Amino acid sequence: MSLTDAADASHTSAPATTRKLSTSKAMVEAVAAEMDRDQDVFVMGEDVGAYGGIFSSTTGLVDRFGPQRVVDTPISESAFIGAAIGAAVEGMRPIAELMFVDFFGVCMDQIYNHMAKIHYESGGNVRVPMVLTTAVGGGYSDGAQHSQCLWGTFAHLPGMKVVAPSNPADAKGLMTSAIRDDNPVVYMFHKGIMGLPWMAKNPRSVGPVPEEDYEVPIGKAAIARPGTDVTIATLSLSVHHALDVADELAGDDIDCEVVDLRSLVPLDTDTILESVGRTGRLLVVDEDYRSFGVSGEIIARVAERDPGMLAAPPVRVAVPDVPIPYARGLEDAVLPTSERIRNAVFGVMGR
Amino acid sequence: MTLTTEADRAKHALTTMWTIRRFEEAVDDMFARGLMHGTMHLSIGQEAVPTGACMALSEGDYITSTHRGHGHCIAKGAKLDAMMAELLAKETGYCRGRGGSMHIADVATGNLGANGIVAGGVPIAAGAGLAVRMRGGSEVVVSFFGDGAVNEGAWHEGVNLAAIWDLPVVFVCENNRYGMSMSVDRAFNVDTLAERARGYGIPGVTVDGNDPQTVYDAVADAVRRARSGGGPSFVEALTYRWKGHSKSDKNLYRTREEIESWRERDPIAAFEAAVTGGGATAPALSESDVEECRALARDRVREAIRTANAAPDADAATLTDAVYAPAGEPIAGGTRA
Repeated sequence: MSLTDAADASHTSAPATTRKLSTSKAMVEAVAAEMDRDQDVFVMGEDVGAYGGIFSSTTGLVDRFGPQRVVDTPISESAFIGAAIGAAVEGMRPIAELMFVDFFGVCMDQIYNHMAKIHYESGGNVRVPMVLTTAVGGGYSDGAQHSQCLWGTFAHLPGMKVVAPSNPADAKGLMTSAIRDDNPVVYMFHKGIMGLPWMAKNPRSVGPVPEEDYEVPIGKAAIARPGTDVTIATLSLSVHHALDVADELAGDDIDCEVVDLRSLVPLDTDTILESVGRTGRLLVVDEDYRSFGVSGEIIARVAERDPGMLAAPPVRVAVPDVPIPYARGLEDAVLPTSERIRNAVFGVMGR
Repeated sequence: MTLTTEADRAKHALTTMWTIRRFEEAVDDMFARGLMHGTMHLSIGQEAVPTGACMALSEGDYITSTHRGHGHCIAKGAKLDAMMAELLAKETGYCRGRGGSMHIADVATGNLGANGIVAGGVPIAAGAGLAVRMRGGSEVVVSFFGDGAVNEGAWHEGVNLAAIWDLPVVFVCENNRYGMSMSVDRAFNVDTLAERARGYGIPGVTVDGNDPQTVYDAVADAVRRARSGGGPSFVEALTYRWKGHSKSDKNLYRTREEIESWRERDPIAAFEAAVTGGGATAPALSESDVEECRALARDRVREAIRTANAAPDADAATLTDAVYAPAGEPIAGGTRA
């Protein structure tokens, strides 16, 4: 199977060698395959062993590979992320899990001053081939310190790649690519697409996944749904909301194209520009904060190239600049829900 | 092993200390004359610590260093011309001018890097130790840091991780009595920083950091323990920074007398006296041997300046090259070739 086929499998018909997996199982499958293939790959983090990862991102790995390669750590994020960096510069390929991205505050120094900069500071002499996995996203009333996406914060800082899959097939292929990459890759998985039995599930959080190894290239977006009237550029869980809206609006004679960014760093600017060039309208849906983030960046890239390609002012649906509230009604008001996306599409279409 | 009675060892220790001092004096001078830009942190007066500690290491062992890291780099065997070129922002510098004084890493000698963040290298050292153990290697990692680092969260987390996993790491504290202007007397409520080791269940000792032999003995003990699977140790080396913290320092927080009293305890002068018969043992070196070591250090530094000055400046045309590692290069990753 070619890389392109594998990548497309997530949004088109499944090849014969696929079966349906949840996103979490697809992630684990990729990690296990790489651990089989390469003795230097290991997993480290809080509750990644017997517990299996709070969002099932490491379930079963310790049974298969033992506690020496699936290492439970104390609640010491600076220490174990720093230790992953140390192991990486010494030639290993660690996967370190930051349980919630919201916890980056206690370890960001190791992440952006060390992990992201060592390669550059050393003039390219020292590589940091590691993956930092972390759970993102809200929608389950976990409050302001457990519900953020924050990918714009990481993507803003040079030196690390940033990926955020939206579905099981991409989750596997991006994980494989991330582990094999010689750079630090921040792998941000949304809790709402993991397919967890104890959390409201998006129906697409279980999907066809090829059995064999494959890479989804980092830095390549996917057209999750082709359309002609408006480009909805988005990522992670919001892809599904956008697809739901697109299906619904097809009945209203609005043909939405949904671009699943998949990677923020590098950002696939070409695919975005090509899509907007065809549709003439741009809506960015981002579950991160609105200001100084991904939505503004994408619109800026279009404007820098040719504002003339836009037939209408671009629109964004993002989290207004407020901490994520606890109350369900309040949280729904700030998240990029289908309703907000639908209204925004009507707006950009001038209806 | 005694450094003061074996001629080869004595020469190596003395030449290393002189090289660190001459290198930093040259850097200080070039900076004052406007021939070098940026800032740097000088370790003049502290040369015995990296010298003694690195002599306790073998080829293949690793170090992590600090913002005051020229001494560690030199003692671990770095090339002076590539160091000087880095400080002079040359394309031939260790980091092609992207790093500067605070970020020199030397893969070939196991120097995992200087570090501009206080205690930043401590968790990284634990990780290098973890990698060594996972591969069944016998290498040891020395993590250098100053007294200020011992109050940073990353230090506590990193030391604890190394302790609970028995990692082959030696934590070497260069206690030069000040974190910038904050004295250890005001920053700690313990008599010695080595007491902190007990809190993590690892051995801790406090030694005279102005004597390379004492530093060597303590670090060699700790290295043996680490290499044989006995886990990490903490060595606190008491020393003093003669120069200011950096170029911004006007020395307003300490007295001239205090500085002078430590200058009288010059680690190099004391070592020269010891190796030429100042102690009870037979002299390991003659006066002319000592002169030879001094001359060698001076000549090496001069040659490094000459070579570095002749090199091309860091090239802005390629300034984004190393932000990400290129794909498809045939190395496994990390620092291993």
